[in-house]
Amino acid sequence: MSSSTLDRPTPPDEAALQALFDATIAAGHRIEPRDWMPEGYRKTLVRQIAQHAHSEIIGMQPEGDWLLAAPSLRRKAILLAKVQDEAGHGMYLYSAAETLGADRADLTDKLIEGKQKYSSIFNYPTLTYADVGVIGWLVDGAAICNQVPLCRSSYGPYARAMIRVCKEESFHQRQGYELLLTMMSGTPEQRAMVQDAVDRWWWPSLMMFGPPDDDSPNSAQSMAWGIKRHSNDELRQRYVDMSVPQAEALGVTFPDPELSYDAETGHYRFGAIDWEEFKQVISGHGPANAERIARRRAARDDNAWVLEAATAYAAKQEAAA
Amino acid sequence: MSMTSEGGHGAVPTGPEVPVEPKAATARRDWPLYECFVRGKRGLNHVHVGSLHAPDDEMAVHAARDLFTRRNEGVSIWVVKAADITASSPDEKDPMFAPSGDKVYRHPTFYEIPENVPHM
Ligand SMILES: [Fe+2]
Ligand SMILES: [Fe+2]
Repeated sequence: MSSSTLDRPTPPDEAALQALFDATIAAGHRIEPRDWMPEGYRKTLVRQIAQHAHSEIIGMQPEGDWLLAAPSLRRKAILLAKVQDEAGHGMYLYSAAETLGADRADLTDKLIEGKQKYSSIFNYPTLTYADVGVIGWLVDGAAICNQVPLCRSSYGPYARAMIRVCKEESFHQRQGYELLLTMMSGTPEQRAMVQDAVDRWWWPSLMMFGPPDDDSPNSAQSMAWGIKRHSNDELRQRYVDMSVPQAEALGVTFPDPELSYDAETGHYRFGAIDWEEFKQVISGHGPANAERIARRRAARDDNAWVLEAATAYAAKQEAAA
Repeated sequence: MSMTSEGGHGAVPTGPEVPVEPKAATARRDWPLYECFVRGKRGLNHVHVGSLHAPDDEMAVHAARDLFTRRNEGVSIWVVKAADITASSPDEKDPMFAPSGDKVYRHPTFYEIPENVPHM
């Protein structure tokens, strides 16, 4: 054994730590919770993972609205399982945020106070049961496009949470699509309901990928850090290319007269996205923002006694032991 | 307001106006953090699957069941308070693990065996 391994290590300086971090990222290895990491990396991750967790939790509401009005026991059981999965996704993600020093209850408070955001998509209302199918197909479909590359995110706990999430998303998308297939084989009214839901959700689902690359200043840093693997526009294009044949198979159209196949590039071209609407919705002026937050606040406040009771019970058990 | 597509469900503001530091005053840590381990099936080790908060051990097992085994992912669950785990921090990677780099003789590939010796 060389004598150097017996020497007490001197604490490495910041530059050396940064170099080790950079080398880990460059080698495609994962950063783990107790590793040194730049402050910006940690903050970006807390913000991203928190908003992702908030989106899963708030995302239970639009579909949850239909739990008591599901058209059959079969559909109700499926929807219940799907909504329960979304709660699980939120939990995996809050755990990942906690490995970075965040506090789960505090993140929830920030969501309720409007200091942290969640995805704009959940600020649209679910008007008919066809919306449940379209959310599974298009909204979970868009989430899959975003989340699959995140399974290779450079932060270990986040990537692992994404692997669990992605395993479950496939069920979400397929149950939605199957629901729509069923409706499309029904009455003209049912087919019209599906088309109407698609018309309302298509553009908001395209907005889920975020602003165009030239208007997304933080993306470059996130990609350099290996947190993000593809640009917003790349993922959006991939999503459009995947969705068009699915719409054809279903027998619906997307509300975009400019949507057309470009044989030269092998991609579908699509029309301009209304970013003004997006900005309105994300800054609190969407159709359902107030309702979503009010309900999350009520869930926190009205159920606080359950947490307190469980804590008191645990303390009593411990005292008796 | 700068925005980017961050989490799986879409784009949100990412400017400095979005707070990311925990507020000490509001932090509620009444429920301890548990680390959860699941045995996928007979014959396999328990593997770490994630963590959760629970008021006591029993509730931690119930919560772990709901959170990590909704689809028969396991036949057995272990939970342990994170505070009770002793860990070799990666900070100590060099003194803890570097010596094994010198001990290549602990690995079978260190030993050259003639090719005509079977099953080795
Ligand atoms: Fe989800
Ligand atoms: Fe989902």
